[in-house]
Amino acid sequence: MSEFAVEATDIVRTFHDGNFRALDGVTLRVPTGQVFGLLGPNGSGKTTMVRILSTVLAPTSGTAIVNGLDVVKQPGRVRKVIGLAGQFAAVDENLTGFENLRMVSFLNHMEKSTAIRRSHELLVDFGLDTFANKQAKTYSGGMRRRLDLAAALVANPPILFLDEPTTGLDPQSRQDLWSIIERLVEGGTTILLTTQYLEEADRLCKLLVVLDHGKIIAEGTSAQLKSQLGNTVLVLTFASTDDAQRANDLIAGIPEKPANVDGTVIEATVSNGPAAAADALRRIDDAQITLVGLQLREPSLDDVFLSLTGHKAEDVDSVEVPAGRRARRKAKV
Amino acid sequence: MTTTATTSSPHHSALRWAFSDVLTLAKRNLIALFRTPTLVVFAIIQPIMFVLLFRYVFGGAISVKGVSYVNYLLPGILVQTVIFGSVNTAIGLAEDLHKGLIERFKALPMARMAVLGGRTVADLLRSVVVLLIITGVGVLVGFRPDGGIVPYIEACLVMLVFAYCLSWGFAFVGLAAPSAEAAQAMTFPLIFPLVFASVIFVPLYKLPWWLQGFANNQPISQATYAVRGLMLGTPHGNSVWVSLAWSIGLIALLAPLAVNRFRKAA
Repeated sequence: MSEFAVEATDIVRTFHDGNFRALDGVTLRVPTGQVFGLLGPNGSGKTTMVRILSTVLAPTSGTAIVNGLDVVKQPGRVRKVIGLAGQFAAVDENLTGFENLRMVSFLNHMEKSTAIRRSHELLVDFGLDTFANKQAKTYSGGMRRRLDLAAALVANPPILFLDEPTTGLDPQSRQDLWSIIERLVEGGTTILLTTQYLEEADRLCKLLVVLDHGKIIAEGTSAQLKSQLGNTVLVLTFASTDDAQRANDLIAGIPEKPANVDGTVIEATVSNGPAAAADALRRIDDAQITLVGLQLREPSLDDVFLSLTGHKAEDVDSVEVPAGRRARRKAKV
Repeated sequence: MTTTATTSSPHHSALRWAFSDVLTLAKRNLIALFRTPTLVVFAIIQPIMFVLLFRYVFGGAISVKGVSYVNYLLPGILVQTVIFGSVNTAIGLAEDLHKGLIERFKALPMARMAVLGGRTVADLLRSVVVLLIITGVGVLVGFRPDGGIVPYIEACLVMLVFAYCLSWGFAFVGLAAPSAEAAQAMTFPLIFPLVFASVIFVPLYKLPWWLQGFANNQPISQATYAVRGLMLGTPHGNSVWVSLAWSIGLIALLAPLAVNRFRKAA
């Protein structure tokens, strides 16, 4: 097997007769046998990228090689080496867990006996065996996700694409899914996953790229991205905007980049959290400004975005959105 | 996660696999259908209501020369039923699309067109069952298909072929609609004028003169002429051939539209 499980070069994908560029020249290399993260807010192009790599959508231009196979020229062969778990748990709610897996096994062209054996095996592996004969509509969100992931693994694909695998899950289900993903990678599977959560990317992914408006705006290891940001976010809350402005002038130099002041709240990215907090407190106290709140937190994806792009992740909707893009995003095309 | 991949046994040809994929998905769609009580109600109770409504409520007000109204009505109700049945294709595909199942299917090493094939074949088989049930109900309320068993089967084939070809149009609607509810709503204005401005419920000469030209020549009326003539053993001109011609014309136009839409959808 080659060094890279996925090699995408200069991928462009437009919608609406070229009026909207969902992907605008994305190049990435996914090393074999690791979890690779595609980070970005809604509408950044993550889902489009996964759909192109899994042969669901054709790129407008660019090339993508998956397991040594071209997704445009050899889509049939690519489909035999990949598993896809899309953004929604794509299970048939009217079928039981077992019937769902058996159907996908048949569609993977397995013999009947193999299909049945494999389906049972996966139900046990994913802790769904006691619900095997219950319709999927009775499953919880976490169970549906597990069933969805099991369906993607029916043919034991060496490469797995997971589009926001934990979005909408409760913390326990999220932990369960993370363990499953880690187990798969230990078994040699290469996984490309998309996520909106830095925490998730941090826990699972060796390498990451950050997408915004269809372009890669940062890439590297999770540690590299974080050091680019500073390690911690210091949040200071004041009684008035005046106080916040004055305090911001006082603490200049503590954060590596100028802090973000939003009304009565200052958010500063700092490299040494406790020391920076103590230093800032001292200066604020000396000037006799009343501090209403103080918090130190790990940087979130929002912070990554703020620092990389100057706009918050959720602001994407309010920056110029080409006609039709909102509707398109809602329809998840 | 222990077995090694055992996919694609080599002794199957691509065509046989495509056929097997269609069957797998048709079976899945039929299981889903029979487990969804509202769909069964829609499929069976609604046409029974139509039979009873027109047989006992409106029937007295409609007289048709030379034939009892129940014999006039029933073949038309059967045509209407299979056509309404093909609307199911739109709803089913829209649901699959918006629940992410089509995305999943597209990433599997299956014959892609089996998604459309499995859906339309399932809806066709459903129509066969519904046809038999509604015929039975019709017989209970006085319907007598005096044409005989072979013409009855021919009549069923004529309308099933027509409904199947039409369902490719509904496949397009389902894949283009923003939701399953919208798909259902979009089919209404397409299907209602054709079903009601037809010879299903009233003979042509009772329609207003300006509607007669359309009502006489539109495909649903032609299918109704054919089905009624065959089932009752009465003259039906060239309506069987006209109906089959419409069917071929419709599928030749609609299937490429649906396939093209399917390629773009995910």
